[in-house]
Parts: sequence; C-alpha cells; structure tokens
Amino acid sequence: MKPIHTIKDIAAEARIIRGRMIAACFGVLLLAGLLVLRMIQLQVVEYEHFSTLSEDNRVKIVALAPTRGLIYDRNGVQLAQNTPTFTLEVVPENVEDMDALLLELGELVEITSEDIERFRRMLKKKRRFQSVPLRHRLKEEEVARFSVNRHRFPGVDVQARLTRSYPLGASAVHLIGYVASMNEEDLQRVDAARYRGTTHIGKTGVEQAYESVLHGKPGIQRVETNAQGRILRVLERTDPVPGSNITLTIDASLQAVAERALGLENGAVVAVDPATGGVLAFASTPVYDPNPFVDGIDSKTYRALLASPERPLFNRALNGQYPPGSTVKPFVGLAGLELEAVTVDHEIFCPGYFRLPGRERRYRDWKKWGHGKVDVTRSIVESCDVYYYTLARELGIGRLHDYLSLFGFGRRTGLVLQGESAGLMPSAEWKRKAKGQAWFPGETLITGIGQGFMLATPLQLAMAAATLSTRGVRLRPQVVLRRDDPATQETVELVPETLETIAPRLEANWQTIINAMTDVVHGPRGTARRIGVGATYRIAGKTGTAQLFGIAQNEEYDAEKVDKKLRDHALFIAFAPVDNPRIALAVLVENGGGGSKVAAPIARKMMDHYFQQVLDTADEQLILTATELPAAANP
Amino acid sequence: MSQLQPLWTPHKALTPTLNAMYDQRTLAQRLHMDIPLLLGLLLLSGIGLAVLYSADGQDTSILIRQGIRLAIAFTAMFVLAQVPPRHLSFWTPWLYAIGIVLLIAVLAFGDVAQGAQRWIRIGPLNFQPSEMLKITVPMMVAYYLGARTLPPTFMRLLVAGIMVVVPTLLIARQPDLGTALLIACSGAFVLFLGGISLRLIAACAILASASAPVMWYLMHGYQRQRVLTFLDPEQDPLGAGYHIIQSKIAIGSGGTYGKGWLNGTQSQLDFLPERSTDFIFAVFSEEFGLSGVLTLIAIYLAVVFRGLYIASQAQDSYTRLLAGSLVLTFFVYIFVNIGMVSGILPVVGLPLPLLSYGGTSLVTVMAAFGILMSVHTHRRLISE
Repeated sequence: MKPIHTIKDIAAEARIIRGRMIAACFGVLLLAGLLVLRMIQLQVVEYEHFSTLSEDNRVKIVALAPTRGLIYDRNGVQLAQNTPTFTLEVVPENVEDMDALLLELGELVEITSEDIERFRRMLKKKRRFQSVPLRHRLKEEEVARFSVNRHRFPGVDVQARLTRSYPLGASAVHLIGYVASMNEEDLQRVDAARYRGTTHIGKTGVEQAYESVLHGKPGIQRVETNAQGRILRVLERTDPVPGSNITLTIDASLQAVAERALGLENGAVVAVDPATGGVLAFASTPVYDPNPFVDGIDSKTYRALLASPERPLFNRALNGQYPPGSTVKPFVGLAGLELEAVTVDHEIFCPGYFRLPGRERRYRDWKKWGHGKVDVTRSIVESCDVYYYTLARELGIGRLHDYLSLFGFGRRTGLVLQGESAGLMPSAEWKRKAKGQAWFPGETLITGIGQGFMLATPLQLAMAAATLSTRGVRLRPQVVLRRDDPATQETVELVPETLETIAPRLEANWQTIINAMTDVVHGPRGTARRIGVGATYRIAGKTGTAQLFGIAQNEEYDAEKVDKKLRDHALFIAFAPVDNPRIALAVLVENGGGGSKVAAPIARKMMDHYFQQVLDTADEQLILTATELPAAANP
Repeated sequence: MSQLQPLWTPHKALTPTLNAMYDQRTLAQRLHMDIPLLLGLLLLSGIGLAVLYSADGQDTSILIRQGIRLAIAFTAMFVLAQVPPRHLSFWTPWLYAIGIVLLIAVLAFGDVAQGAQRWIRIGPLNFQPSEMLKITVPMMVAYYLGARTLPPTFMRLLVAGIMVVVPTLLIARQPDLGTALLIACSGAFVLFLGGISLRLIAACAILASASAPVMWYLMHGYQRQRVLTFLDPEQDPLGAGYHIIQSKIAIGSGGTYGKGWLNGTQSQLDFLPERSTDFIFAVFSEEFGLSGVLTLIAIYLAVVFRGLYIASQAQDSYTRLLAGSLVLTFFVYIFVNIGMVSGILPVVGLPLPLLSYGGTSLVTVMAAFGILMSVHTHRRLISE
C-alpha cells in the first residue's frame, strides 16, 4: 500500500510539464502550418479554378425576349399590339400555405376559379423558384391595393410586362390569328436560342405564318444572381432586336363591313385586289375574341368554343369547302367558248330540264318552266342550268376539269396561312382513285353547275373571280402589304406574284363572259339586278345557290319547309369596276338560301364602302365609269 | 516665473514606499487582467464583428446581439479572473459532480433542439451543461493528477480516464459529437501534459483507429453522412456536399488579397450556407484573401502561445495542467473549424471562437481565458 500523499518533487514535475508544453508548442505550430499550407493550396495554387467556379456561381446569362412586331391594317390601324399589363405572380417556394394565400389575395384582387385552375396547372410545370402568373391584366386600382399590402405576401409580386392584345377583338381573327403560350411541341420545333426568354408564339393566322418575321432576335443580359437565382445586378447587356412590324393588305373598315353584313349568319367573305393579289377583307363568321387565348384560355370557355354548333374556330374563308353552285358557270361558259365547244351565239333550248339520251332521269333547271332559247350570255345572266348541262356534256369531265383547274379550282391558292384547303375539282381519274368507281355521265352534268363532287373555298372563288377580272393573270393571294424592320429601317413591300397566266385564245370570249356577268348585276333580267340599283360603278358578278340535298324528281324545294341546316348555301362572286377592276370578291352564306337575295347584297355593301370610303373618291377612273352607267341599271 | 514649482514635494524618506505603492502592482494586475492576452482577444472580437457584419447582410442588429454576447463573455472572463486558483481547486470536485448530474438531467428531461438534447431550463435561463464540462473536466483531471505525483501511475491514469470518458459518452449520446470531441481532447491534454508515457499514447492511437468501425456503427445517420461527404463532397453537390463545395469556392476565390470587405460574392449572394456561424472563416478568407488568413492565424497563434507561456509560468501542477489544457483545447477549436471549412476535416459543428456568431461556447471560451488570467495574476512571490 502506498501512502495517499507521496512527497512531490515540485521541480521535477515542473520539468515534465514544461517538456510536454514545448512538445505541444511544436504540435500547434505543425498543425497551424498544415492549415496555412491548405490555405495556400486553395487561395494561390487553385485560385484560378475556384475563381472561375465563383464567377459561374454568381453570373448567369439571361435572355431578353424581343418585342414582337406589331400588325397594322393597310391604313395603319393597329390590329395586334403589345400592351403593358400587370400580372400578379407567385414564387411558390416563398409561400408557406398556398391555399391561405390565394384566399387572402382574393380579398384584394379579383381571382376567379378559372384563374386558380390555370395557376395550379402551371404550378406543376414550373420549378419552385420560378414565378407563376396568377392573375393577368390587373386593373390599376388592383395594383395599387396590392402594393399597399405587399408586405403581407412574401413571394407575391406584380410584374409589368408586354402582353399581346388585339384591339379590334374578334374582327379579322381568322386572318390575324393569335399568340399563346408555347407548349412542348412548339418548344421542340423552334430554334431554342432564338426563343430564349420568349413565352408566347403565333398559333394561328398571320401571327403564326409570319412568326419568324414578327418574333425578332433575343438580347442577352449577363446578370449577377444570388444562390436563389434572384437577379441582383446587370453586368452586361445586348439589347434584343424587335420583330418587324407588319402592315396587312386588309382594310379594317372593309373587314368590319363584311363582318357586319354577314351578321349572325355563318359565312365567309374574301375580297382581294385583282391587280396585286392583296387580300382586302378576309371574314369568317361567327368570329371569336382571340384575347383570352393570349393569357391561356380557361377550359370552360375553350370547350364552349369547340362545342358550339356554329363552329366559330373554323376558318370558313380558308377551310370551308362548299359546292360553288352557279358561280362556276362563267368559268364553264368560258371553257365552252375557248375550247370551241360552243360559239357565242349558239343557242340551246331550255325546257326546264335536261335528259341524257336514253335515260329517264331529268336534270332540272331552277326555273321549272324553262328559259326558252338561251345563248351563253343569257345562260349566265339568268343562270340557266340546262345550258350548262348541255355544255358540260359537250366538254366532258376531262376538259372541264383541266380548264377549271386553270382558275385554281381544286388547288391551293398559296396563301401563307397554315392549313389552306384545296377544295375539289373532280375528274374521272380522281373518282377512280378516291372512290374506286367509274365516272358517270350524270356527274359531268352536275359538275357543270357546280354541284356534285365539286368543292371550292371562298378564297378560291374570290381568286377565280380576280383571275377572270384580269383576263387570265392568276396571282397568289397575299396578306402582307409591307414589312418594316425597325432595326435595319428596311422595308419590304408587297410584290405581286403571278402564279400563271391563262392565255386567252380569243379576247372577245372573255369579254363576252365579263359582259354577261355585268348584266347579271346591271341587266334587266340579271339574277343580281337588285344590287345594281343605284350603283355608281359597274359590277360584274355571278350568283350561286348550292344545294345541300337532292330534291326528288317531282318535289318542290321550299325553303320554309327545310331545316335551316339543310337549306342551300348562298354564294356570290363579283369584281368591280368592270373596266378597271379594283376589287374581286366571293361571298358565302351557309344555309343562306338564294345567292341573289342573301349573298349579293353583302358584296354590294362591301363595294360601296370600298369605293366611297376606302379608295380615294377623287380617283378619276372610278367616277368615269360611274357616270357612263347604262340606263339598264334601273329595270 | 520661469519655472513651475510643484505644489507639494513629499519627504525624501517616503519616496520608496510610495514608489512601491504605485509601481509594484499595475492597474492590470490589480484587475487580474493579462494585457497581451486581453489585447489579442479584443482584436479577434473586433475582427469577428467586422466579418459578421459582412456575412449577415450588413445588418446592424446582429452586431448589437453579438456585442451583447461578447460583453457577457468578457464579463465572465473578468469575474473568473478575480477568483484565486486555490478557490477553483477547492471547488473542482463539486463543480465536476454538479456537471455530471446536469448532463444526466439533460438526457432525462432536456429540451430537444434540432434533433439533439442539449439544453436544460433553469428558471428563465436556457443552459447547456455540456459547455460547463468543457472547463470542469480538465479542472477535475488536473485536480486529481496535480494533487499526486507526476508522471501518473497507470491506476491513476485509469481513474482520470474514467473522469473524461463518462461525460464524453454522456454528451456524445445527446448527440453532440463536436463537444464530446472537445471534452475528450481537454482531458487528454491534461494527461499529456501530466507526463503520460509516449508508449501509452501510441497504444491509445492504435486503439482509437481500431475502434473506428465501432464508432461508425454507433454514429447517427447525419453524422455518417458528414464523414462520407468529407471523404467525397462531389458525390452530393446540392445536398450534404453543398456546404463544403461552396465554402472551398469562397476561400479559393479569395486569392491572395481577397475580394475586399463586403465584396465577397459567395457570401454576399447567399451561396455560402451557415456563413455567420460555423462557416464564417470562409467569408473572412473570401473577403481578405491569404494575407488576411495569415494575419488571423498569427493572432490566434499569438493568443495560444501567450496562453502556453502563462501555463508554463504557473506555480503549481494543478494550474499548469489546467491552463495548458484550456489553451490547447482553444487551439483545437481553431484547427478543427478551419480544417473543416477548408475541407481537410469532416464537418463537425464547431464554431470558430470569437468570430462565429453564437453565445454559449463564446462564454465558455472566455471563461477559460478568465481562469488563465487568474492563474497568471494570482502568482505569489514564493512558489508554494
């Protein structure tokens, strides 16, 4: 057993502790040296590496979306503009309780259930730190009310940005189209570099067709961001290049006249300048407001548009394919003359029906008791069906198909708008291919009066009328009058593009047809003589009534008894002034009934407006033709 | 009137007495302050406030809060400096016993904060007993060894070892690995200074590395993750590795002269996490560069060496062992923190003393310096 207290050797103990302390000093120096070496390694040896990483951390490249080009009508009326709007946006990661937030915000700013639905949909697609729009187009007082209460809502902010808007609303929507948020498909299709920072893209109409012109070039901004990606400072900036402004060939007021004239009817009006192919009016009714599409249309409204029996989203002018009915007669008549199937004064007796030799079936004329003796002029003026049954049979479907195709029937006109329909110019070959059936002689007859398989779009009809007016110069329809690039100050003007020229065999044949069409409006027996009354210029036109269902041999067609949906389509094609054509147009009213009663007056309204309001009234040539009007104008 | 005459001239006989009165004990001595140490600590506190201002978004309110903490810590230092070492020695067993009881109490009904039980509530005060043990453990071991002959016998080493291991394990269970490590270190330092044989140290080192797999098994998930992250931070750059990657970027991009005060992009732009607490050294390195780092390490070393000098000048084994251990533990703080921030040690949550924002450990560190000052200023002319 050792004693509890041994004798301490104080000096020896002090020596031990001092010795250990000296060792500790070396240990401390060694470890401190290790730290210093590490610091030299990080801050001197690897400085470049970490400096680059640090720079990468803080500097991000942000694309600046270019300002989209504006769209004007030919007189400078804005059709599509960029309006500064205020959007209420939410950064999800800064919000603790989203439901409570929406509820509270709802007390300050009107938030509909559609807004919330759309917001939640976008919430899923975006990253947590990305701003998601909740309410578009805040009113000024809403912005003010929110600003005062902003401190209560971390993560919520009002963003000012340029939003596409269409000041005329629904007018010309089928031509102008609209922009909407880019979807997955768009993102894959476009050049990602050009669309950095851009959220919207042209979806339909001119907005879609001229996307590359309107879009512009994005700018680049090198910004300093913090760890959350919030931009703190702009280090360098290359401004975006705005897109070109586009001036359309259409006249907004003429467009409005067309749409008002169509009224509640479903239909289409296409008016073109025959000299240039420039489209003056491009109406399809019913119209719809494109503005909601820009912000992301709510599904209820969209479903309603889709489900509407009137089909407002359907572009009737471009995609509506209708039997052209009697409007095809001037072309068939011209074919007869030019292909020497008939002569100008050759007469056919019309008893009110036509019968193929050896067949029982009667092909009826619209005039039950017949037109009597009819030459080509009278056949157009009075729209005699029997004359065209006879002529069609004479020509045969092959020649009929080939000649009418020259006017663009059955072929796309080449308008830039996406998805143009080609219509249908039937032939024996086509029928064999499409239906696997032989062509029947009766089908040639009804093709001669624009019935049967034949289909044409209102745009095709307008272009065919224009081709007639220019004596065979077939132009591509165009919608852009001028493109102004604000960056380079360059202007690209419309250059008329001749697709092909139909060389007249005999100029007089064309004159005969045009004269006959003039008599349709101005002659005492013309089917559209009512619209010739009081006209200060001369119109060449042709009415058409397209039957939608066959009437039994001995039955009478009575519009009153027929369901509206099955009632005839009313058509009218025209150009004016006859000697110096400035406008050619086609009018179609679905289930409108007779072309003379329904479609022709719309054309007259358009022309009156065009000559009196749009064109310079001092235009000598117009007045000249107006004063030389024949007395026949008043039957 | 060419010369000013003193109003009163003391008698020549009084001069030596008066001189003794004024000269023998300076004001600092009478306040039991050690001026070099005090200057070093104040300098570090000043640097700490400046870096903190930059690290925490130039917010003055955090400066005020840290200032209050520093004031409390310096007060604790001042108070402890007034207590003569023999009083400390007398109370040591009691303080140690109380500490152990409190640790058990924490495990039994302490508050849970961030998944760990570290706090105990006494009246209005939140109290972390583990902090207290950072001082009482080396005190106890020094007390035990200092009262007996040195170097200690194996039996005494065993007893001293138990004195260290019991609180270490209790704290590791909370779990607070950083503090447990520090307490184990502080105890080990007393043993080392007390003259434990080098062969035994080697044996312990081998034992420790052999027990690593066992330690791994006992570790919590997040602790294992820290070790894994330390071994390969790139494996999880946005998760656990993010701290260390961003911290290294901050330090490295500081370069030789730094980006300048308030200009550290890593720290100012929020890339650096925990930048006002455990990772404040990264902020300092980014803004002041290698030149600043060398200066800072020099100041810390000056404080450490002054502390070791004080320990070596102490007059008995207890104070020598205690003072030496406290100073070396202070250095461990610095080494582990800088090592972890610069990526040579795993991330154990240890603050950088006097620079990191935070209260409790600051008070403990300053209390330790209070003891050092007490040791230095309560020396007597004749060693006992």
